[in-house]
Amino acid sequence: MDTATKQSLDFNTTTFPNQRTDAQALKAAANEIRRDIIRSLVRAGSGHSGGPLGSADVFAALYFGGVMRYRPEDMHWSGRDRFVLSAGHMAPVMYAALANAGCFPKEELGTLRKFNTRLQGHPGRDMHLPGVETSSGSLGQGISIAVGMAMADKLVDHSDRRVFTLTGDGELQEGSVWEAAMSASHFKLDNFCWIIDNNDCQIDGRLPEVMNVYPIVDKCVAFGFDTVVVDGHDPDDIMRGFDVFLTNQANGTGKPTAIVAKTYMGHGVSFMNDKFEWHGKPPSHDQAVAALEELAKM
Amino acid sequence: MAHELLGQKPTRFGFGEGLVTLGERHSNVIVLGGDITGSVLTSMFKEKFPDRFFSIGIAEQNATTIAAGLALSGKIPFFASYGAFCALRNADQLRISVAYNEANVKIGGGHAGISVGPDGATHQVLEEVAFLRTLPNMTMLVPADFEEARKATIAMGEMHGPAYIRFGRSPVPMFTTESSPFEIGKAQVLTDGTDVALIACGAMVWESLLAAQELAKKGIHARVINSPSIKPFDFATVTQAARDCGAIVTAEEHQVHGGLGGAVAECTAKNAPVPIEFVGVKDSFGGSGEPEELMVKFGLTWREIYASALVAMDRRDRGSSGVRAIKDVPQAQ
Repeated sequence: MDTATKQSLDFNTTTFPNQRTDAQALKAAANEIRRDIIRSLVRAGSGHSGGPLGSADVFAALYFGGVMRYRPEDMHWSGRDRFVLSAGHMAPVMYAALANAGCFPKEELGTLRKFNTRLQGHPGRDMHLPGVETSSGSLGQGISIAVGMAMADKLVDHSDRRVFTLTGDGELQEGSVWEAAMSASHFKLDNFCWIIDNNDCQIDGRLPEVMNVYPIVDKCVAFGFDTVVVDGHDPDDIMRGFDVFLTNQANGTGKPTAIVAKTYMGHGVSFMNDKFEWHGKPPSHDQAVAALEELAKM
Repeated sequence: MAHELLGQKPTRFGFGEGLVTLGERHSNVIVLGGDITGSVLTSMFKEKFPDRFFSIGIAEQNATTIAAGLALSGKIPFFASYGAFCALRNADQLRISVAYNEANVKIGGGHAGISVGPDGATHQVLEEVAFLRTLPNMTMLVPADFEEARKATIAMGEMHGPAYIRFGRSPVPMFTTESSPFEIGKAQVLTDGTDVALIACGAMVWESLLAAQELAKKGIHARVINSPSIKPFDFATVTQAARDCGAIVTAEEHQVHGGLGGAVAECTAKNAPVPIEFVGVKDSFGGSGEPEELMVKFGLTWREIYASALVAMDRRDRGSSGVRAIKDVPQAQ
């Protein structure tokens, strides 16, 4: 292995600040997240590539765009906003975002899915990884937990803390998702932001073929959400979506916000782009090297 | 008998009263309603603390996971419904979001057992003890009467960690008092014999006391043990009973598979193997009828406990699993 290849596979120590910034800075953060996803998955030898790569831009905006308030050195800070990864299998992108925020050493990303790791295949709260608010992995539950958190913040503690959750689009087939959605608008949780990673892919194929959940936007609207569709690979457009949410909360509209992020599974790596076959597998060593080369040029 | 019948009251009322006490003591106790608040008595809390009561509607999976979110925010959420819906319909939520998360969620499961009566099999949950006691981190309580249900509710609210309490719809005999001991993880020896141990939970504890009374007439001294804490389980008291008596009968208003009987069998198989007879519902669903009719039909009275005691002792005395026909069981009226 030549030196350049070896370096590309190694984790670096770069971290990113969390502040209102420009598209270029968010792109750079997303690119680093993508490379860390590849680096951790190739070491793990199993895991999900497609969803994590596809949602890297959304995670970059969420963690590095000044939307979510947190302290990387103290992820138990009582005033923090919280993020719940309802689509637990997308853990690699959350882990990469947290590491790039400085919540834990990036080198730890290399322990993904390994024996005794804090980076469990699906997030485990018992591992006490800073920034992991809850266990998740059984689809349709995280969003409900997030609703409970938003209720605690808004209705019990009367604080302005925000709760974000991300579900997949295949996850919308779980009926409990809609129980959660119903309650978010019933309780007027304008501090609740639901991101739907709409890449149209699930393990068995395209959404309409496996079980049609469309029209997603109409459903969200019908369930009482202020619903905004964004290009999930355009930082400015993603930030526009978050601004809708922040405005709802600031104005006390009583409306929860749904951001439908149109994404491509595996985005950023051409041979994975928009291919549902990449939902649940990691790159081989050679594929990882090729992916990292491609991402380095982005 | 040392244990006097103090009247009849459903255990669900003990749950309702316990919740109100918790609400008075702790400002972070929150209650979630699942539409049947009057039936499971969360209505008592709702009336007293409307600001800390949230109606979730008929959505038990959502209520369970919302409770997990509240617990992860420092609250002590209680969610109550019928056990069929808040222990089994939401089983995955209990497993992942509550137990694996070690979230401080408390579940009240009403309408347990066939004594639900006319509602029939769909609403008579008979399997949830088996499920809940296999969940890591979970505490599982089955109080015997009104007063014990009240104490158990308060105790589960004041411990940290996921906990479930099972209670019933119909009035059952009251025999414990304010001064009776109750501690999570502990069983209580109610009568101290050494001929046979009758280990029971819920309404079957009273039936065991009645069986012991009848057995005493034959000179058989039964050790009646009330085991409201299915998990954590009182291994010491049960092991001691096995060693002292050499024969055990378990009694519960639940499937004979996997419930209290299962816990006793696991405990004694390891520590002190002795013959055990299991009184409970024998691998069948319930049905409609009046509670008393159903308890007789499904073999959940002191008579079955009495007969099983004779069988267990016989197996012990013969040193084999051979069963002699028992002819002298008092017949139902």
